[in-house]
Amino acid sequence: MAKYGLRTIAVVYLFFLLVLPVGLIIWRTFGDGLAPFVEALTSPSALHAFRVTLVVALWAVVANTVFGVGAAILLVRHEFPGKRLLGAFIDLPMAVSPVVVGLALTLLYGRFSPVGGLLESWGLQIIFSTPGMVLATVFVALPLVVRSVVPVLEELGDEQEQAAHTLGASRFQTFLRITLPGIRSALAYGVVLCLARSLGEYGAVAVVSGRLVDQTQTLTLFVEERFQNFDQPAAFAAATALALLAVVALLLTRLLRPKD
Amino acid sequence: MTTPVHIEVRDVNKSFGTTPVLREVSVDVASGSLTALLGPSGGGKSTLLRVIAGLEHPDTGTVRISGVDATRLAPQRRNVGFVFQHYAAFKHMTVFRNVAFGLEIRKRPKNEIRERVMELLELVHLERMADRYPSQLSGGQRQRMALARALAVEPEVLLLDEPFGALDAQVRKELRTWLRRLHDEVHVTTVFVTHDQEEAIEVADTVVVLADGAVEQVGSPADVYDNPANPFVMRFLGPVTEIGGNLVRPHDIEITAEPRPGSSQATVARVVRLGFEVRVELLIDDREAWVQVTRGVAEQLALNPGDTVNVRPAHRASRSLPPH
Repeated sequence: MAKYGLRTIAVVYLFFLLVLPVGLIIWRTFGDGLAPFVEALTSPSALHAFRVTLVVALWAVVANTVFGVGAAILLVRHEFPGKRLLGAFIDLPMAVSPVVVGLALTLLYGRFSPVGGLLESWGLQIIFSTPGMVLATVFVALPLVVRSVVPVLEELGDEQEQAAHTLGASRFQTFLRITLPGIRSALAYGVVLCLARSLGEYGAVAVVSGRLVDQTQTLTLFVEERFQNFDQPAAFAAATALALLAVVALLLTRLLRPKD
Repeated sequence: MTTPVHIEVRDVNKSFGTTPVLREVSVDVASGSLTALLGPSGGGKSTLLRVIAGLEHPDTGTVRISGVDATRLAPQRRNVGFVFQHYAAFKHMTVFRNVAFGLEIRKRPKNEIRERVMELLELVHLERMADRYPSQLSGGQRQRMALARALAVEPEVLLLDEPFGALDAQVRKELRTWLRRLHDEVHVTTVFVTHDQEEAIEVADTVVVLADGAVEQVGSPADVYDNPANPFVMRFLGPVTEIGGNLVRPHDIEITAEPRPGSSQATVARVVRLGFEVRVELLIDDREAWVQVTRGVAEQLALNPGDTVNVRPAHRASRSLPPH
């Protein structure tokens, strides 16, 4: 009896929290058929927002994958002073609000700061431009790859790597042939999580992008801007597209989740 | 010893943090020998093996392999085969690819690799398991695979870290005998770590006893068993009991009904029959001791609890030592 009670509560809770709102958006999106949905998503602004989102997310994923694997190996396989501090820093983005991240990046890399000014004099604009958005996205998604890989790397142990060394493999050969295959599924899981987080990022990107329509507008910013301008069909269509991307990512993580 | 020295460890010290693990360790391993590093856990034997393999660096001291100073050489340049207690199988590779790993790293031609791997798999009786993954093998099979993998690169030296420690008693005994026979076939200089004195005595031709990070004694199995350098080695290598203030092996004690020169009087406390062997527990001046006799001797003496007997170390007795 208690079993069914708990199940019912869980299902009802999730229904009102998750299923109903998302369902409503999808229903409103496709309420008038598929044509308005396609039309709303193929407008120049929407397509541009798609492109910006993809570019930003891909760079952020690449940066976080390289950094994530490196940091995980550093944290698990090496002893050095400041190791705990590094671990704490990596978790920082979990605790800091994305808006704060955006503001901090603007303060450092904005046109009127010494660093931002210097970079600008070299022709490199960070804030209100793609590099700043990539930075913000990298920051908020920073821990995801590291935290997916660390436990698997710990469980894997270093004996296989040592065995490879004694068999004549260099550090790099050992990484490619032993370590990487060993963390493959965890890494893929982390990458997809990171991708999903990057596609959906709003707060930090909103601050550093300056929300310039058709320039630095990502899909999430597009949804918000269309909604504010009473263009509900476009807002809903883009929101549904984002939700679908998230669902695909979720399915991928399901498939990639480390087995046994 | 006339055989050339293959591995020469000199004055090696190693600490983990502030804990010393190896203290002034010097060991010579003869070419083609099968040497056991024997000692209680925490005695530093695994660390010594890892220092020889290059998986740990000594704080001071040197390691020479085939006359070459290898102290600062990376493990991949030492040409040693290493077998881990927990197999360290490459889980994402088949048995074939596991064994082929070292050869692939060395970029040997495909045909040669195939030939050599199949030859080795036959040697370790895994030829029919080539396409399986390590998770589909038993512990004993995995360890034999690890051995084939280590042998594939034709190492100068084969190092085994408690190779049978993770296996159950039955398989362990089988693999022991098998390792001995393999060594007789392959003749590669082999060093293995064990905390099991029976294993060391049965398999090795030289035993190095290590305790608290220092070498206690080096010798043939018979030597360390019969002529232990100190009470620690004597206790560690086999059963001991104390009579007349000396440590003696319980099978090196004579029991008689009548007193004889040098014997002391004892009271039988208990007689335990363990198949062929009979364990006689005694009280000598209120101190407990025990004697191991054959069933024939026990029946001849018709021992019963409460009887008074006389005991003394046998003439053929291996060395007896004061207990401290």
